[in-house]
Amino acid sequence: MEKNYLIKPKGFALLKDWLASYRKHRVLFLMLIPGLLYFIVFKYFPIYGLQIAFKDFNLVEGIWGSDWAGLKYFNMLFTTKSFFDVFKNTIIISIYQLVFGFPAPIILALMLYEIRNLAYKKLVQTISYLPHFVSWVVLAGVFTRFLSPSSGPVNILIKTFGAEPIFFLGDNRYFRATLIVTEIWKSIGWGSIVYIAALSGIDPALYESANIDGANKIKKIIHITLPSLTPVITIMLIFAIGRIINDNFNQIFNLYSPIVYPTGDVISTYVYRMGLAKMEFSFTTAVGLSKNVISFSLVIIANAVAKKVNDYGIW
Amino acid sequence: MKINQSKDDRMLEIVVSVSLAILCITTLYPFWNLIVVSLLPSTAPMSKLYFFPPAIDFQNYLIVLRSPDIYIGFRNSVVRLVLGTILSVIVTITMAYPLSKKYLPNRTFWTAIIVFTMYFGGGLIPTYLLITNTLELTNTIWAWVLPNLVSAFHLIIARNFLSSIPKELEESARIDGAGDFRTFVQIIVPLSKPIIATVALWTAVGLWNEWFDALLYTPAPEMAVLQMVMRRVIMAGSNSFEDALTMDELSYINPENLKASTVIVATVPILITYPFVQKYFVRGVLVGSLKG
Repeated sequence: MEKNYLIKPKGFALLKDWLASYRKHRVLFLMLIPGLLYFIVFKYFPIYGLQIAFKDFNLVEGIWGSDWAGLKYFNMLFTTKSFFDVFKNTIIISIYQLVFGFPAPIILALMLYEIRNLAYKKLVQTISYLPHFVSWVVLAGVFTRFLSPSSGPVNILIKTFGAEPIFFLGDNRYFRATLIVTEIWKSIGWGSIVYIAALSGIDPALYESANIDGANKIKKIIHITLPSLTPVITIMLIFAIGRIINDNFNQIFNLYSPIVYPTGDVISTYVYRMGLAKMEFSFTTAVGLSKNVISFSLVIIANAVAKKVNDYGIW
Repeated sequence: MKINQSKDDRMLEIVVSVSLAILCITTLYPFWNLIVVSLLPSTAPMSKLYFFPPAIDFQNYLIVLRSPDIYIGFRNSVVRLVLGTILSVIVTITMAYPLSKKYLPNRTFWTAIIVFTMYFGGGLIPTYLLITNTLELTNTIWAWVLPNLVSAFHLIIARNFLSSIPKELEESARIDGAGDFRTFVQIIVPLSKPIIATVALWTAVGLWNEWFDALLYTPAPEMAVLQMVMRRVIMAGSNSFEDALTMDELSYINPENLKASTVIVATVPILITYPFVQKYFVRGVLVGSLKG
């Protein structure tokens, strides 16, 4: 328990007090240590390793021994055309995802809310959550077949209408759209859970009084259901905007191919290819560090905005 | 007027029900299509749309199940799942307990250290260098489980759950003279079954589906996990089965259908367990979305 002081202790006395509190709760602190070790080694040591972005890293000299290179690799970011392209792709795909992907689970939640038959509702929920549990490796197998220009059902259908088959995964005109649609397909159900939870908190009395006023369903959705979702939607939207520089490595890495690099190559796939296949360790660390700094700043800003708008931050 | 409204409402209900049915079909059909294709005889034309297989042929499955790669993949994935889930749950819950105690010295600092890693990290290259170069974990089972041993997110959720356990429940043990650790093992762990189940399930699914760590850190063929075996088959087609196929089979097997059966074989464990554990996942999400 905390002590109550009349006069706050200073200097040595404070240190002694501090050590005493650790000695008193040493068992508790010991329980913290295995996990703490994990975070120090696997999370903080890589942060220490970020310094290779400022060094001419080579494997023999190691992180500490390599020579400083100043901002050489950061300057390269601005002069490398390929980096500009992947940065652009990342942002464009994120914006599409925000515009089309963000509303999808909200619409699903609203629809499910209108279903009175509980068994049907449960069935729809169970089915729509399913793709969330399947990895993109499997889904790459599913979609390369499903969207195949020669044997995929989608193109067989297109061909029966007399149109030319579309190579969804290998055509730069369609690749981004395919990414967005398959991501919505995978995450719409799981993403709706948070909205369904918010909807279950609506006071039924609101609908009863609306019934007395003779409002129809559409009116009730517009005037009762949607407004009560607004706080959740605001929060989710702010954080989705905060993630705009993040990309879906799992999805893109499993679906893309060199033909669609012009539209589909994003920061994380670029870092993987340049860094690990071409061993450009310092340059790609500079890319990663820049991305992380931007992403971290966006989260901080998003959190500040969320607190202001809704009095709900993540910390 | 009144009749009109209820007509509109009925219309809306029908539209919604039908839309949801379409969503379900859209979700399931790609999987169903793959199952149908995996059962097609190699003579069936590929450019036809099948809703049901015209004849059922298990030949593709026989070839897939004969391949030693699939066994290695299954074995490795199961080893990784069991070892990783057990270690992860133990470390996570043990760490969550002290963090849930207000009297832990510098609790805010220790929590902040963990939360920070959710938003900032070293990224791919420094992590890769740490694991392959500094720790030399390449092609060891530790590379399967250690890099993602504790999730900061799971930890915070577990901490919030433990904070909500009433203090009175611990007091009887304290009066008997039990210390922090004994109280934890005898009182807290049995009360934490729901959160242990949630964290274990989330970790298990994550480990089962994880392939990128395996691509980076365990490239040896005998260390391939199922996701990697599948990835290789999907990317390369029948080539990965060359050893398992006889000359005769090579000439008539349809590699596309073989891919389909590989994916089905690897996905069936998830499809079978999913309906039974689904509710725990949803409960977990709801626990996590509440602010602690």
